[in-house]
Formats: sequence, structure tokens, C-alpha cells
Amino acid sequence: MTTNKIYESIQPTRPWQASMKDRLTTGFILIFSLFMATLLVKITGLSGKLGFFVSFVFIFVALTSGREYRRFGSASAKDALVNTVVAAGTFLTLIPIASIIFEVFSKGYKGIYPGLFTHDMSLNSPNDPANVGGLGHAIIGTLILVAIALVISVPVGILTALYLTEIKGKLSQPIRFLVQAMSGVPSIVAGLFILSAILYPITKQNSAVLGSLSLAILMIPTVARTSEEVLNLIPSDLREAGVALGGTQWRTVAMIVVPAAKSGLLTAVILGVARIAGETAPILLLAGGGDRFNLDPFNGPMGSLPYFIWNSFKSGTPESIARAWTGLLVLLMILLFLFSTARFLGNRKVGK
Amino acid sequence: MSTENNGDKNNMETTTTPSSLSSVASASKRKAINSHPMGTGLEARGVHAWFGKHHALADVSLDFAAGTVTALIGPSGCGKSTFIRTLNRMHEFIPTAAMAGQVILDGKDIYDPSIDVTKIRLKIGMVFQKPNPFPSMTIGENVLSGLKLAQLKTENKDDLLEECLVKAGLWNEVKDRLNAHGGSLSGGQQQRLCIARSLAVRPQVLLMDEPCSALDPGSTLRIEETIEELSSTMTIVIVTHNMQQAARVSDYTAFFLSDGGPGQMIEVAPTNEIFARPRDKRTENYVTGRFG
Repeated sequence: MTTNKIYESIQPTRPWQASMKDRLTTGFILIFSLFMATLLVKITGLSGKLGFFVSFVFIFVALTSGREYRRFGSASAKDALVNTVVAAGTFLTLIPIASIIFEVFSKGYKGIYPGLFTHDMSLNSPNDPANVGGLGHAIIGTLILVAIALVISVPVGILTALYLTEIKGKLSQPIRFLVQAMSGVPSIVAGLFILSAILYPITKQNSAVLGSLSLAILMIPTVARTSEEVLNLIPSDLREAGVALGGTQWRTVAMIVVPAAKSGLLTAVILGVARIAGETAPILLLAGGGDRFNLDPFNGPMGSLPYFIWNSFKSGTPESIARAWTGLLVLLMILLFLFSTARFLGNRKVGK
Repeated sequence: MSTENNGDKNNMETTTTPSSLSSVASASKRKAINSHPMGTGLEARGVHAWFGKHHALADVSLDFAAGTVTALIGPSGCGKSTFIRTLNRMHEFIPTAAMAGQVILDGKDIYDPSIDVTKIRLKIGMVFQKPNPFPSMTIGENVLSGLKLAQLKTENKDDLLEECLVKAGLWNEVKDRLNAHGGSLSGGQQQRLCIARSLAVRPQVLLMDEPCSALDPGSTLRIEETIEELSSTMTIVIVTHNMQQAARVSDYTAFFLSDGGPGQMIEVAPTNEIFARPRDKRTENYVTGRFG
């Protein structure tokens, strides 16, 4: 380790990164473009946020490209132009997401109080002030609905994907087509199907498990398609290596292919949950809503957050609308929590 | 070194290998330096490389004279590939990468902020370990792809196409199917196609990172002939694990080694000297196959 001692005085550098002067110039161009855009909006016919954004992007792109042109010529200028336009596009995509989150937070946080999570609405109407009642029943309901749908569709979806990528049987092509077609099924159709196939002829009452069944119909194609994409990315060398060591196909898939694709399969499940967690229409038809705690998924109507939000908005009074925003905020937080937990659990073992 | 091995049980093997290597090396022609017009070579001055906190390469100074072939040899993990990637600024594609030192081309440091990196890579071409013809292009399009990518103009594309493929030793095999896809060629042909592709933009320096490691001996031989021919018009740096190959194709050989710390260049010398009379004990151990 004597070698390390000798080189201690030499510092790692990254000459390819922008220097301090470059960054200052970029900052100056940014501020100057903002200023010019403001000026343009003031003195010309352009108006509003859109006009400001468009003129800002134009000025910024022009100045950045011009600077690159002076440094390295036209090819480099075009490179900078495309880079800046792509960055502006990314920023533009983030605007709606950021404004949704901002809107939900700013309108929803007022309704948060400790009792919100432990009370239901059985004794209150949506029009009561925000500090009575709660949406505990809706949170529990959503979790139960999603959990049952998850238990049904994750095995079915992943096994379908394994059939398509590993077994590659004769039915692969029709199944792939069917799965793709099914991923476009509107949620109300899935709801009506369960309604007419099970609820009316057999159970004759609302229950959470029926809602979960319709959610599973929506979730399976998403899980199956994403899993198929992920499993296709696993190099076939790995499968050959497993089989060449004397493993059966099932052992190879279970021990090598699926673990290698674990992170991607988790993404498939998360996308599936994201597809169904906010579904309202089939829940309305099958789980039926309800404003009290109901922990039995097989009997009686069960509340859920999307239903709660829909119902509160429908009432239309200021109190109920505030309640709906709070419901949206809670739904958003639950999804965020579920996804970050899943990501954390999924990445933990990969890192080891 | 033969006297040192006399008491060794395996002395037949250990002594015959270097002597045969050195005889091959001395048989390869030594070119007069500065006798050709292609630039003034490439010079690395005190190059260090890091991946995050890991110091992968320490203080390598090497002068690649114009028109010479330099082989970089050494065991896996000694920093050869890292070093060759610092020579045309491919190193910086790794997000955590950092470096120190200078690489001088035509009297200028290629890491200077006033230098356009794309023009550097145009002058210093690279051939990779795995043949990588562009899958969406035909053989002809592959060869001329550099011109399109860098938006260069050429007066006669057909002449250039033929010239590059001839230089890469592939013309006779593909002249009747220039519109076939690059993937339809064998591995060795694909690699020569990649060489032809990097020649089309007329680089001053060609870096080759183990270009023959995935190829059969026949294809390897063809590529070595190609290197031999090219060396009259450009400076070539080749990383190789194959010491016979280093002895066959190179004018100079540099030996790299890591002792657990960062990789270092132990010794550089004319190839026949490195194999016949290495100055450093570690080089001798490596080239005689006694490295452990």
C-alpha cells in the first residue's frame, strides 16, 4: 500500500464536467432568459404562463446554442439545442405532476386530524365540519380490496408471463394478443361483467371480494405484460447455464430467472397496483361503498377511498369538498408509502 | 533468464516460451520513427484514473510515437483497459469516473476545456473487445456510419468504402454483398468490419481494446495483418492478453500490474527487449508465464 501514500497529493479531477465559469455562465443565461421572457410578455401581445414559458424556452435555447456555437461550432450547437429542448420537455412533463401534488396537499392538509384515521362516517354526513367523523373505514376498505386483488393477480399475471417467455407453448401468440387486448378494457366493463356474472345471479349482495375480482381483471394484464417484458430482458445465456448444470426448467426458472428479474417483477406489481388503487367505477358497482367499518370482505358493502372521494365531491357542500381533498391526500400518501416500501424491500437484497 | 530456470523442473517450458516469443518479436520489423505524415503521435503524462473512491490507475506516462504499434499487456484488473479508455475520453462515460494527468495530441491536452470532445474521438478511433456492427445498417452503411454520425463530407463514398474494407482485409469477402446486414458476417468478419468503420473517419490514432479476444486464430491472424498494414499510416495502441500477439504485432510493449493498489505501468520497452531482456523482475515473471 506504499503506492497510495505517494499519490495522496494528486486529486481526482473531472475535466469533462462544467467548470465554475461554465456554471456561472449558464446561471447568467438562465436569469437573463427569465428577464427577457418577462419583458416580452410585458411589452408584446404574448400573455399568461404559457406565453412566458414558450418565450423563455426559445430565448434560453437560442442563447445556450449560440454559446456552444461560439465554443465548438455548429454540430455542438445542434447538440446543445436538442439537449435544452429535451430538458424543457422534461420540465414541462413535471409541471402537471407537481401541480397535482401541490393542489392536493394545499387543499387536503386542512382536514387531517388524529380522529380521521380511527373514525368512520356512520354517525356523520359528509356535510359535517372536518373535525368529526373520519375515513378509517375507507382506508381499511381500500387496503383490503387492493390486497385481495393483489393475491389473485400477481400469481396469475407472473405465471402468464412465465408461460409466454419460458414455456413458449402453442397458445403463446393468442394469449399474448388477449393480454394486450385486455389491458385496454375500461374499468366499468370489468365491473359490469362481475356484476352480471356473479353479483346478480349468485351472491345477490355487494361485497369487497367481488370488487377485488373486477380489480384483478384490470390488474392481471398490466402485471403480465410488464413481467413479460422484464423476463425477456434476462439473457438466455443464464437459462442455458442453469439447464447445463443439470437443473430442470422449473428449477432454473425459480432459482435463476425469477431472482434475476426480481426488481423488474416488483415494478410490474407496483404498476399493477397503481392501475387499480384509484379505480372507482367497479368499486361503486360491486363493493358498494358504505360509510362504516366492515372488515368482512365476503359480506356487505365496504368503503374505499375512491368511493369516499367521489361521494364527498357529489355532496357538493364546502365541508364535503374539503373532505374529498383530504381523502385524495390520504390516498396519495398511502400509494407513496406502499411504493417506497416495495422499492426499499426490493432493492435491499440486490444491494447485498 | 534461462540460466535462472536451469534448476527448475519445468525449465523446458519456461525457457522455450520466452525465447520463441523474443525470436518472433525480433523478426517483426522495427519501423523508423517519424518517417510518416500522420500527426505526431500521442502522449500520456502522469495519467491517474479513479472509479468513485477506487484508485484504478496511477501515474502512467507513455509516449506513443507516430506510426508505431504499442501493446499494453498485464493481468486482468491491472488498468490496461481503463488506461486505453482515458486516451480518447471514453473513461468519462462511467458516472463515478475521475482522472488526473494529461493526454497530449498534436501538442494539446485532450482534457482541456477548450477542446471539443467529439473532434478528439474523431482523431482517436477505437475498436472494442466485442464486435459491435450497428444492427440496423448494412455492411456498406456500417463502414460509412462515422461520416454520417460526425456529418463529414466525402467526395467519393464508393472509393472510401472500398479503401477502408481493403485496409481492414475484408473487401474480398464482402464486395458482392455490401447491402447485406452486418450481423450476417462471422465474428472475425464483424470485427474487421468494425475496424473498417473506424478507419473511414481517418483517425490519427487507433485504440484497440482486446480486439481478438472473441475470435478464432484465423480471424486473429487476419486482424494482426491488418494492424501491420495500418501501422504505416497511423499510431496504434492495442490491449491484449495474448503475449504472442503482442510480440507479433507491436513495436513497443508496456507492462501493467496492480499490486492490490492502483494499477501501474511497470515497464515499457521495444517489444523484443521486453520479451528477451525485461529489466523488471515482475515483467520477467509475467512474460515467462511464471506469474502467480
